[in-house]
Amino acid sequence: MNARHIGERILAVEDITLSFGGVQALAGVSFDVREHEIRAIIGPNGAGKSSMLNVINGVYQPQRGAVTFLGEKRRHMEPHRTAKQGIARTFQNLALFKGMTALDNIMTGRNLKMKSSLLAQAIRLGPAEREELRHREYVERIIDFLEIQAYRKTPVGRLPYGLQKRVDLGRALAMEPRLLLLDEPMAGMNVEERRDMCRFILDVNDEFGTTIVLIEHDMGVVMDLSDRVVVLDYGKKIGDGTPDEVRNNQAVIDAYLGVQH
Amino acid sequence: MKFLATQWPVAALAVLLALGLAAPLAIGDAPVGFYIEVLLGGLMAGVLYSLVALGFVLIYKASGVFNFAQGAMVLFAALSMARMTEVMPFLVALLLATGIMVLLAFAIEKAVLRPLVNQDGAVLLMATIGISYFLDGFGQTLWGSDIYNIDLGISKEPILILDGVFQGGILVSQEDIIAAVTAAVLVGALAVFFQRTPVGRALRAVADDHQAAQSIGIPLNRIWVIVWSVAGFVALVAGMVWGSKLGVQFSL
Ligand SMILES: Nc1ncnc2c1ncn2[C@@H]1O[C@H](COP(=O)(O)OP(=O)(O)OP(=O)(O)O)[C@@H](O)[C@H]1O
Ligand SMILES: [Mg+2]
Repeated sequence: MNARHIGERILAVEDITLSFGGVQALAGVSFDVREHEIRAIIGPNGAGKSSMLNVINGVYQPQRGAVTFLGEKRRHMEPHRTAKQGIARTFQNLALFKGMTALDNIMTGRNLKMKSSLLAQAIRLGPAEREELRHREYVERIIDFLEIQAYRKTPVGRLPYGLQKRVDLGRALAMEPRLLLLDEPMAGMNVEERRDMCRFILDVNDEFGTTIVLIEHDMGVVMDLSDRVVVLDYGKKIGDGTPDEVRNNQAVIDAYLGVQH
Repeated sequence: MKFLATQWPVAALAVLLALGLAAPLAIGDAPVGFYIEVLLGGLMAGVLYSLVALGFVLIYKASGVFNFAQGAMVLFAALSMARMTEVMPFLVALLLATGIMVLLAFAIEKAVLRPLVNQDGAVLLMATIGISYFLDGFGQTLWGSDIYNIDLGISKEPILILDGVFQGGILVSQEDIIAAVTAAVLVGALAVFFQRTPVGRALRAVADDHQAAQSIGIPLNRIWVIVWSVAGFVALVAGMVWGSKLGVQFSL
């Protein structure tokens, strides 16, 4: 849809099967994601979209199947390790650090990039101090980018929902991820907030070349943003292709587009 | 004014406290020196409690868990210390006891916290009640249930200060002074650590939201071992101060 250069395959999920007790959340789902692309996952409520994201992120361990990221294949993974590999995410139900300011929340995203020893930090040695400042500069750029300068020192719990979603995105961006997982970044927003969020997502993808996997219910948004779409229904993949292909796929029309959300 | 609006309970308490402090001086006829001695004694008891509370706060801040077992940890640490100083030099015992508390932190993380990641606060609270019972029983089995003494090698002789200022001067025990200084240093160090360092920020993040903390690359398991170890060490200090003052027993 735009002229970005779509690269090699960066992520592949193969035959992912995941159940919780009796509930089959995912049944043999496979798809891939290419570098620099925006890949959408759509499907009705309870289709298994968030579960898929959690598998990629290492929160859930699938009973069958494997995830390959940057050529490294794995079945079991922990989220703090995938973070180290360069996967960042936002949450469907906000998971911000409520007691902290917007600025501090985004600063936590730099956690993995901080190298100073604890002792040096505690007594605020020169190098540790400079490191903090350097990260602070980076974070200020993200804050400018997301247009939340006015709220940097506000405890996030007091921000309106739409702004909290931005802080959530900011925290993920602070990690400078290779792969960004967004779980319904626009849910619960008004039209204007949605438009802003769309713009941020496109800009991130454009300017930093960040690969994005995005869950979204709004078909208009999906058609506008994504290069390719995976469709899930009851834990199974029922469609995969460009927005146009998916829109014209009969199984998808039956399962999803017919259903109003 | 904004301060008063948000912090009025604190302000009210402070006023009450000041009134309570001034009243005996105004209406009583006890010598001022004695008054201050009693006051200091009360403050020292406060310091002891604050050492225990410090452990609570630490774990709560860093993992969102209300640790019911902190009292049991203090006792356990004090018992270990008391029994070990009977057979070895003080410093060796201190090192060993610290080691034991770190081991305990590892064990708690592995056996209790890890299986309960992302669980509700109430679940974790119940788990710490379990830890508390376990520690009580384990401590008594391991170390015996008599009353023991910890000898910190600090003179219990009180020293007389401000002799010239008040009639009769003021008696303060050296132990109390050392306890107070220790508590102040610990509180100060931990406050700086939590508020001013990136690692402290990471710990606060863990306290707020486990899942999000993991997603930004914070390894929960390691953080918990660190926090429980530090809390164990704080418990050890509290246990030593307390134990040397009152003797180590289960009423602690
Ligand atoms: N932690 C869990 N424990 C038990 N069941 C779960 C868990 N997570 C998800 N499920 C179940 O798995 C199925 C898929 O859930 P999932 O959250 O992945 O759906 P979704 O496509 O993200 O839905 P939505 O659009 O509502 O966010 C649902 O039936 C859900 O109840
Ligand atoms: Mg979901």
